[in-house]
Amino acid sequence: MNEYTDAIIFGVVVGTIARTLMLKTDYRQYPTYLHGKTIHLSLGFIAASLGALAIPAIMEKEYTAVTLLTVAATQFRDVRNMERNTLTEVDSYELVSRGKTYIEGIAISFESRNYLVMFTAFLSTLSFILWNIYVAIIVAGICLILGKKLMSGSKIGELVDIEHAKISFDGAGLYVDNIYIMNIGIAERQEEILKYGMGFILTPNNINIVTTIGNLGQRQAILHDVSVSLGVFRDSGTPALTPLIKRDLDDGRLGIFILPQIRDISKAKAVIGSVPVLESAVRMPSESKSFKKGHKGDKI
Amino acid sequence: MMIEKAILAVITTNNQKVSGGAPIFICDSKKELEYIAANLEAITDGISHALSEELFIIVKH
Repeated sequence: MNEYTDAIIFGVVVGTIARTLMLKTDYRQYPTYLHGKTIHLSLGFIAASLGALAIPAIMEKEYTAVTLLTVAATQFRDVRNMERNTLTEVDSYELVSRGKTYIEGIAISFESRNYLVMFTAFLSTLSFILWNIYVAIIVAGICLILGKKLMSGSKIGELVDIEHAKISFDGAGLYVDNIYIMNIGIAERQEEILKYGMGFILTPNNINIVTTIGNLGQRQAILHDVSVSLGVFRDSGTPALTPLIKRDLDDGRLGIFILPQIRDISKAKAVIGSVPVLESAVRMPSESKSFKKGHKGDKI
Repeated sequence: MMIEKAILAVITTNNQKVSGGAPIFICDSKKELEYIAANLEAITDGISHALSEELFIIVKH
């Protein structure tokens, strides 16, 4: 026991709590299993320890100890690789796959959660040593709230208007509203699709959103989440029964065709609305300088 | 280059309209055409698309 023991223990505990709070099993169903949780809690504990140890090391003038943090960075990059590999391996056995963009998004968030844990532990230990436990508790609380806020990105529902639309056949062509989805030849399949299928139209609010929701990875993420939450009417060997999203080239609207087992319009709208916007799908053409320049030019 | 889509079979009631590399199934009636198309779809894990009333193709996606 020395003067820093309490501070380090406090930092490690707060960091681990932060990781536990961020590790929730939600509709994405990941990580569902005890083993997955154990892995992430252990890594969270390691991250918290590294964050907590940095301050006493600096106080003791052991500056080289800070290089330990680079080990942490490597470690967490491995977390990202691990997540990416596991999810890619199991993705081909999903009825509706997650898609690479979604997997990358999940992997990135697992890595960044560990950094947040490290910062939480770091700041808590720092304030414990500089001031006292009460200040440290307040700082830890702020860190936990901030971490929670940073970890929740925007949702599809905030970007687009979601409307229920009729699905129909024009000959063999399947349409959601006026958006062509695919060609279904066999009359029997067409009947199944009309019976079990549902259609939705997503109307983007501005030009940035048109490109974001046009992203193929983002579209696959919507299909995956809807299939997980509402079930899916398909099996291997029935490729004609595939949920699909196609785009209206005129105005960037998306036509969503799904085959849910729970056919409840308001539930489906809520599920589509709560699909996360993937970081790598976000585009901001309106922020580009050349775009703005061109805009000014038009006015003159 | 990876070929992502391929026509696995052509099913038709009008043999004047087709020829070429993919296996061709010539049927007598629309009913037989639909029956064979449905079976081939299940067997080959492809999707049967209707190009016209008398011409169906099975495509692997």
